[in-house]
Amino acid sequence: MSTTTVPASAPAEQAGTAPAAPPRKVRARGERGLAGSLVSHGILTVASLIALFPVAWLVYLSLGPDKNDYLHPGRIWSKMTLDNYAFVLQHTNFFDWLKSSLIVSLGTTVIGVMVAATTGYAVSRMRFPGYRKLMWVLLVTQMFPIAVLIVPMYQILSRLQLVDSYLGLILVYCSTAVPYCAWLLKGYFDTIPFEIDEAGRVDGLTPFGTFFRLILPLARPGLAVAGFYSFITAFGEVAFASTFMLSDTKYTFAVGLQSFVSEHDAQRHLMAATAVLVAIPVSAFFYLVQKNLVTGLTAGGTKG
Amino acid sequence: MTVAIDRATGKRRGDRTPRPGLGRRLKDGYQKHWYAYAMIAPVAVVIGVLVLYPLGYGLYLTLTDANSLNSARTIGVNEIEATYKFVGLDNYADILWGPTAYDRFWSHFIWTIVWTAVCVGLHFFIGLGLALLLNQKLRGRTFYRLILVLPWAVPTFVTVFGWRFMLADEGIINSALDWLHLPTPAWLEDTFWQRFSAIMVNTWCGVPFMMVSLLGGLQSIDNSLYEAAEMDGASAWQQFRYVTLPGLRSVSSTVVLLGIIWTFNQFAVIFLLFGNTAPEAQILVTWAYQLGFGQQPRDFAQSAAYGILLLAILIVFTSFYRRWLNRNEQQLAI
Repeated sequence: MSTTTVPASAPAEQAGTAPAAPPRKVRARGERGLAGSLVSHGILTVASLIALFPVAWLVYLSLGPDKNDYLHPGRIWSKMTLDNYAFVLQHTNFFDWLKSSLIVSLGTTVIGVMVAATTGYAVSRMRFPGYRKLMWVLLVTQMFPIAVLIVPMYQILSRLQLVDSYLGLILVYCSTAVPYCAWLLKGYFDTIPFEIDEAGRVDGLTPFGTFFRLILPLARPGLAVAGFYSFITAFGEVAFASTFMLSDTKYTFAVGLQSFVSEHDAQRHLMAATAVLVAIPVSAFFYLVQKNLVTGLTAGGTKG
Repeated sequence: MTVAIDRATGKRRGDRTPRPGLGRRLKDGYQKHWYAYAMIAPVAVVIGVLVLYPLGYGLYLTLTDANSLNSARTIGVNEIEATYKFVGLDNYADILWGPTAYDRFWSHFIWTIVWTAVCVGLHFFIGLGLALLLNQKLRGRTFYRLILVLPWAVPTFVTVFGWRFMLADEGIINSALDWLHLPTPAWLEDTFWQRFSAIMVNTWCGVPFMMVSLLGGLQSIDNSLYEAAEMDGASAWQQFRYVTLPGLRSVSSTVVLLGIIWTFNQFAVIFLLFGNTAPEAQILVTWAYQLGFGQQPRDFAQSAAYGILLLAILIVFTSFYRRWLNRNEQQLAI
């Protein structure tokens, strides 16, 4: 299959970036010859296949009823069935995991956005002593490797009896989500004209009044982006969830999925079916918000 | 640096009056800025409690010989007191130049650097290539774009399992290679191929982010620049070199930094692809995790020490990167 061409495709694509030799005949900008178009389409098609294949393969394997079917994909074709899905929904902890994942991710999102909103505004509009230090701390916390906090967090949470509880995991996630949201929101607040604040101040609002009554309603899309991003990050987090959630009814999906493959038994067909069930809503959600995500991430704080 | 203007209060930051005494400054600062401090208070509290306190505690742990046998723990109703003791900087010394330090730290360190460099390089160049292709007038452009972001849309913990099925000994990739009469490497067992497949999977996962960000950057380049370049007779390559690349500079310096940080800290791909089975393919983050949680007894102190070292590496790298960008008069977009 084409998947093996992943590493090899880099030079090919670079070659494709420089359109063919300068044409002699007059041609509007942005138009290419037939060959150029074909090359572009060819590369994009190959790349799309590579992007699509692992996911499609997972979907295909999830239809095979036997746990070793992934080794004999040809056989699945003749005995395709949705039994795996029915089994996963009825006889596993799927809905427990769904509940944990949603509680933890939504909890993180709500707390993260609520706590971070005023700070994002403050660092966007005000210059106060300690401003640069705060920005530096916000930046540094985003590059914390999980290995830095996981051990002390584990010790602290076990002392507080918060290991294996939703609250504990939410708190851990907030340690990354809050600084991240503050950063992202600063970027969004920067795009709201200062004149609005000034108008508010002239009309006698306090700084807080300006924020809550003028800026916050305008910043709804920014809040949404920060929320989406926290949600997706928390949903997909593996390390902390694998370590801190111990009872199998409290697993998030990231942990529950691993539990299908143990040393003794590998129920790969069920795992594939669960993976597909998780992936569909999350990807749908992602596609809804992805355009905003990217602008939020990179256009984030171009004004320093 | 532009002059930072506090438009909300109409104060300029540039011209300074002589500094009054400390007490006076504190009082003035409080009166002028109290609402700013009130607004950052929630985040300051959260960072203090959830980041700085654990960080300080972790730093303390690295100076002890804590592991899961001598830490405070509760077994049933019995509470056992912690009995670990202070050992100074022994953990760091042991990691960096103790016996077998090469196998435990330096080999992982080198592999982590290689992993980061190769992954980010591949992410960036493939992402740039695809972004350039998608930036043309092309039929079905939106369609391609939607498919190409799929690896980013599906959670990593799902796709990695898909890759595990494909890379398994008798999986589809080896079947296909076999069918083509090519050698069939043991992707998930042999050290070199483990590393190869880790990079492959991570590249697959990381390209969409780069592609979409760079596409955003490409679309924000003013079209008249290309018109001007064309008027001056610039070839396609010259346009790319002197218009496109400089126009992308601020976006790309940001995404490359983000990419380096994320790849350096990448946990899910390697952890889910190999679990505890591949000591040679572990980068520093997963290796630290394995020391702290993947073995018995759990070596908390060493694991935390690895964490601190990792953070130190990242901070040093980032400050150099920023300084280097500043020297080239670029602003980092984060």
